Amino acid sequence: MNQLWIPFAAAGAVFVGAAVIFGADWDTPPVDTVQIGYRGTGMVQVLDREDQVALKLANVAPEPAYEPDPAGSLARDVYQNVPVLGHLSEDQFNELMADITAWVSPVEGCNYCHNPDDLASDEVYTKVVSRRMLQMTQHINEDWQPHVAQTGVTCYTCHRGNPVPANVWSRDLGPGEKGRAVGWRGGQNIVNKMAANTSLPTDALENYLLDEQPIRVHSLTALPDGTNKNTVKETETSWALMMHMSESLGVGCVTCHNTRALNDWDQSPPQRVSAWHGIRMTRDLNVSYLTPMAPAFPANRKGPEGDVFKVSCATCHNGVQKPLYGVSMLQDYVNSLATKSDTGVPDFTTYKPGETKLLPSSANTTSLAPVSGAVEGEKALASAD
Amino acid sequence: MALLSFERKYRVRGGTLIGGDLFDFWVGPFYVGFFGLTTAFFAGLGTALMAYGAALGPTWNIWRISIAPPDLSYGLGLAPLAEGGLWQIITICAIGAFVSWALREVEICRKLGMGFHVPFAFAVAIFAYVTLVVIRPVLMGAWGHGFPYGIFSHLDWVSNVGYQYLHFHYNPAHMLAVSLFFTTTLALALHGGLILSASNPGRDGTLYNNPNEVKTPEHEDTFFRDIIGYSVGTLGIHRLGLVLALNAGFWSAVCIVISGPLWNKGWPEWWNWWLDLPIWS
Repeated sequence: MNQLWIPFAAAGAVFVGAAVIFGADWDTPPVDTVQIGYRGTGMVQVLDREDQVALKLANVAPEPAYEPDPAGSLARDVYQNVPVLGHLSEDQFNELMADITAWVSPVEGCNYCHNPDDLASDEVYTKVVSRRMLQMTQHINEDWQPHVAQTGVTCYTCHRGNPVPANVWSRDLGPGEKGRAVGWRGGQNIVNKMAANTSLPTDALENYLLDEQPIRVHSLTALPDGTNKNTVKETETSWALMMHMSESLGVGCVTCHNTRALNDWDQSPPQRVSAWHGIRMTRDLNVSYLTPMAPAFPANRKGPEGDVFKVSCATCHNGVQKPLYGVSMLQDYVNSLATKSDTGVPDFTTYKPGETKLLPSSANTTSLAPVSGAVEGEKALASAD
Repeated sequence: MALLSFERKYRVRGGTLIGGDLFDFWVGPFYVGFFGLTTAFFAGLGTALMAYGAALGPTWNIWRISIAPPDLSYGLGLAPLAEGGLWQIITICAIGAFVSWALREVEICRKLGMGFHVPFAFAVAIFAYVTLVVIRPVLMGAWGHGFPYGIFSHLDWVSNVGYQYLHFHYNPAHMLAVSLFFTTTLALALHGGLILSASNPGRDGTLYNNPNEVKTPEHEDTFFRDIIGYSVGTLGIHRLGLVLALNAGFWSAVCIVISGPLWNKGWPEWWNWWLDLPIWS
């Protein structure tokens, strides 16, 4: 009778053992590794072969529909209500429209954004959103070269054939409350899909990619001297963001940090500079472009808390360190997407879907992008590292 | 050198594994044997090569001297001395010295008619070392995956290798190993406290009116039966300590050998099997 626990324990061990052995996604040697630091420092990127094969298939840059003729009459002379792309030739304009359809709404077609009876009308909300997204793309390619370099981005970098990019985020509902004794979860301790499935805090993207909570929590002295007021809580939120970045790019921490001194720029690989600009770029896009469009979006295009979908590192990178493996689609769209054209900001609060034929825009845009002088300084920082 | 009173009992002839009587002698208090000589050879050569490597390196600061393994590009081949070849030879010397020492322990156990607990326990430590510098590098295809020989540098290596997998605390074998290390120290602390208490003759040395009297295992057993309802016993605590300590080392070796060869992603993701259990998914 006293031995009754044995069959139960054995059954439990068999069950858990089988789940661990067959349930976990184990890999087998050989394994691909890339050395990214001095030998023996452990600065090595380990690559999962199956993941790499899948990622290579999933991250192929599409070709343009055809080679458009840059000459001929301008789009603004042929079409109405084309402030952002009016400077293109008619052929370039039409080719880009075809490509955008393939990139963003291949199933839904042109009518996803256009009223087929009046292509110039702004009455479909996706059309005014698209125009703002074109401005955003131009802004990224011109003002955020510290992050995107000459490779640049196009609509496809994020959209990949989806009207809403696959990897977007909205305000997290948080972990909720548990029973009374363990009620306070501190905004964490559930599976955080945005932080590599850790139990780290769920509000990291909001804190850092929308708000400007300081990311740096590292003490600069070996022993506490009272100057660093950050607690484990701040550290874990910061770590959640770092987890998100790692997962988004398919890299480990050592791609940007020598973890013997995570804070020290002098010991960090230069990729950390790109990442530093990337965090600020993402915040800029969320604050200046995506959040202000909230009034135009219908409820089914918002998160459970009613805020618009926002971008994170994963939105562009999609699991790859250089989106689309560094292939520059922008080279085929230099006229349309590489530089800013019209920078007017529409007032989305006045937008009425189905009614607004022409959404007017103010004179100029404001943004968190580095002014040109600051960009120069940061380039100097990047090259110094 | 004068013999201690009990040493005569230990100086037993025979029990050697190799060499018969040839190396079966003592130098001062130290048994030599064939494996004593090979230990001295490998340890001496390895240490000299580390001094050579330090001389080639940028510092004589004892904390910062580091003999690093080759670049990954050398794969499982040989590297030039100054570019990791020293690390490769030192690794051979280290394994030679450690294994020789274990076999010398075996010979001593045979002389004394003991069980092989001590060499077995040391063999687990050697296994953990070999896992780090041979088994895992071979499975991953490059000697460069071994850790560098330096006081600070090997700690930096541990840190970076852990962060390759995002969050090493999610490594299940690491969890086991850490728990076992802590349990080992807890058991040792409890045991040490118990022995000190039981063997304490009291403040004035007059416990039970007898200056020489200390408590017996009966007291020890009673104490633990009182507080946790069970006493593992005087022999049992040493078996328990051995099992805990060896498992700590063993699971440490497991936790690193699965990181890379059998798991290429962040360790938090490993737990998806739990999230995907058909009970709730």
